[in-house]
Amino acid sequence: MAPEQLLSVGIDIGTSTTQLVISRLTLENRASPFSVPRIAIAQREVLYRSAIHFTPLLSHTVIDAAGVRNIVEEEYRASGFDKSAISTGAVIITGETARKENAREVLAALSEYAGDFVVATAGPDLESILAARGAGAEALSEREGSAVLHLDIGGGTSNLALFRAGEIAATGCFDVGGRLIKVEGGRITYLSPKVLEWKEYRGERTLEVGAEAQPTLFSPLLTDMVAALEQAAGLAPSDGLLDLFRTAGTAWTPPERVDALSFSGGVADCIWSPPSDPFAYGDMGVLLGQAIAASPVLNRLPLVRGAETIRATVVGAGSYSTQVSGSTIFHRSIPFPLKNLPILKLTVAEEALPPGALARAVEGKLRWFSDQEGMVPLALGLRGEESPSYERVRALAEGLSAGLAPLREAGFAPVVAVERDMAKVLGQALSLRLPGPLLCLDGVSVKSGDYIDIGAPVHQGAVLPVVIKTLAFEQERSI
Amino acid sequence: MDEKELRALIERTIAELYGQAPTPAVKGSDYHPLEAQGNTRPAADLNAALGDITQTDIRGQYLVENPKNGPAFLALKKKTPARIGLGRSGARYKTETMLRFRADHAAAQDSVFSLVGEDFVAKNGFVPLQTLCKDKDEYLTRPDKGRRFDEENQALIRKTLGHAPRVVLVVGDGLSSAAIEANAEDCIQAIQAGLKSYGIDTPPILFVKFCRVGASDHIGELTGAEVVCMLVGERPGLVTAESMSAYLTYAPRIGIPESRRTVISNIHRQGTPAVEAGAHIAELIKTMLERKASGIDLR
Repeated sequence: MAPEQLLSVGIDIGTSTTQLVISRLTLENRASPFSVPRIAIAQREVLYRSAIHFTPLLSHTVIDAAGVRNIVEEEYRASGFDKSAISTGAVIITGETARKENAREVLAALSEYAGDFVVATAGPDLESILAARGAGAEALSEREGSAVLHLDIGGGTSNLALFRAGEIAATGCFDVGGRLIKVEGGRITYLSPKVLEWKEYRGERTLEVGAEAQPTLFSPLLTDMVAALEQAAGLAPSDGLLDLFRTAGTAWTPPERVDALSFSGGVADCIWSPPSDPFAYGDMGVLLGQAIAASPVLNRLPLVRGAETIRATVVGAGSYSTQVSGSTIFHRSIPFPLKNLPILKLTVAEEALPPGALARAVEGKLRWFSDQEGMVPLALGLRGEESPSYERVRALAEGLSAGLAPLREAGFAPVVAVERDMAKVLGQALSLRLPGPLLCLDGVSVKSGDYIDIGAPVHQGAVLPVVIKTLAFEQERSI
Repeated sequence: MDEKELRALIERTIAELYGQAPTPAVKGSDYHPLEAQGNTRPAADLNAALGDITQTDIRGQYLVENPKNGPAFLALKKKTPARIGLGRSGARYKTETMLRFRADHAAAQDSVFSLVGEDFVAKNGFVPLQTLCKDKDEYLTRPDKGRRFDEENQALIRKTLGHAPRVVLVVGDGLSSAAIEANAEDCIQAIQAGLKSYGIDTPPILFVKFCRVGASDHIGELTGAEVVCMLVGERPGLVTAESMSAYLTYAPRIGIPESRRTVISNIHRQGTPAVEAGAHIAELIKTMLERKASGIDLR
């Protein structure tokens, strides 16, 4: 069978820049013809890279939604791709920009504009992972079997992702970025809230809006920012700086062992090839890059320049946000694509309950997802079992089919996402008990608080493109 | 060597195994009945069983001492059942590795030479049949006889399946009885439930002793079955002795080319789970009925 291909778009609206890439994902059956198929994304190629635009802002707290839409529209035209040909992808609003007042509206506007399956995503965890993948840090860690800490240092934040032997081990986010202070005409024009916080912490009085931008003026701040990164990498003992710069609502434990530091983001370019003008970009990014390059502590480890730097996040969003489900799944009369289904995750203990108790547990949790309007469509998340007996599958199907009754009564199709390879058998067992639309997929790991988008089946209906999103805007992040 | 000396030698060996101080030389007068000491295990433990080495998952076992990067090797090992990264003693395997190799080899041989239990067949309500083979030796040396039935069995097949059944499910011991006992029950249940969800009923399930895949053709010839699906134990290897295959043939008749068969192999715990394979097979049967084809004709 000829390999099947998907076009995927990535749009990254960052603190300083807005970019777009279009990638081609190639699907391939990795199993021998004599076994159950195992379809995977075999290749990811970036076909089109947009210019790098400054993110249009109406004020320091409001994104210019129309401006962003114009950029996307123009880049689509320049790429020569018809937006109807794009079947998957992600729009992400990253860094400080995600905290702007109208971030949600911007996502909504773009989501409607940019193709049918394109989704809106934000959240520092996902951003860290996408940037690290886009920069090739995951591949490096897998190839060398080493622990690689990737730092994507953009305008507003540094997104950290730790990989051990190619497996993601931790993500974190720090308010360390090149655009926390803006400079225009030789004078400081903007200090971000984090810089004001730092001034208070240090009792610093000379960094002020209107002050003349002398590189030496920035030294104390740069020293502390680099120290925070050194501590985050576990290379220096933690003190108050680690907590000071840590992005609110995120957590980070410095790793015990790291073999290499990998960098991306606009600041990464300034580590290796800074422009001669320290304020070439109208901010402190060049100085930050130079300060990182000069840190003897960070230089104890090999510093690796990412395969992508300023484009790492957008390449990650375009090429790595979509995954495919397991290759033995069940779907019947589902109106694809399904978008923004919140995950109702069962605990491992609940999954093991006998049918009656399982049904009550599911029903109980369903109530969390109903509001005054009634039930909302959702996806049930399960861990599943490694090679279960049919008896277990039957018990699970019995409990779930009874427990999901309120969802069906509200007119929504039951959607079950299992981690382990058992979706087809579970789906068939459920289908005996539940007439009408039904979807059961596996090979996806979801947790409570995630949202899932599921695209129309590809590869002769064998697999589904899936995007798992964590819509974690700061104000709604649970503690 | 008298009896006392012999006893002393044995006691010394046991004492060494359990950490008692070794006696420098072996004399008859050295014999003292073994007593439990503070730093030794109680004598009752002498009857305790050793751990079952075949319970270790080889994919998670890494025995190299002082590796440069053990976790990285383990990450690679997760992807293969190959016996690598097991260390060595001089130029040889370590004892544990050697014993495991022999245990796995023994399990493979056992699964070929043992029979599927009659209680297993009865418990699942399978209809027991036997090919022309009289015993395992004949089965292994005369593949042709493993593909045909005698008059009595032929009559039973006709009586059980009736005329022109749409789908016939058969379980055959093949070259691994262990594979059948480990997977057939769950797989058959999943196939039946899957077929039911597609509105396809099945006649009673046949169990064939001393069975080769070609027995499907005789069953098709006798009944005019549309699809015969046979679950059969695969020739065991050292990775697992419990791997089962499903051979599906559309309109099997004696003399049909092997290219008309569709096979799903590697059904076992570490491969495709039996229930998920069953669900896949049920859908495959539905597709075969719709497209009236199997094997390369189905592509």
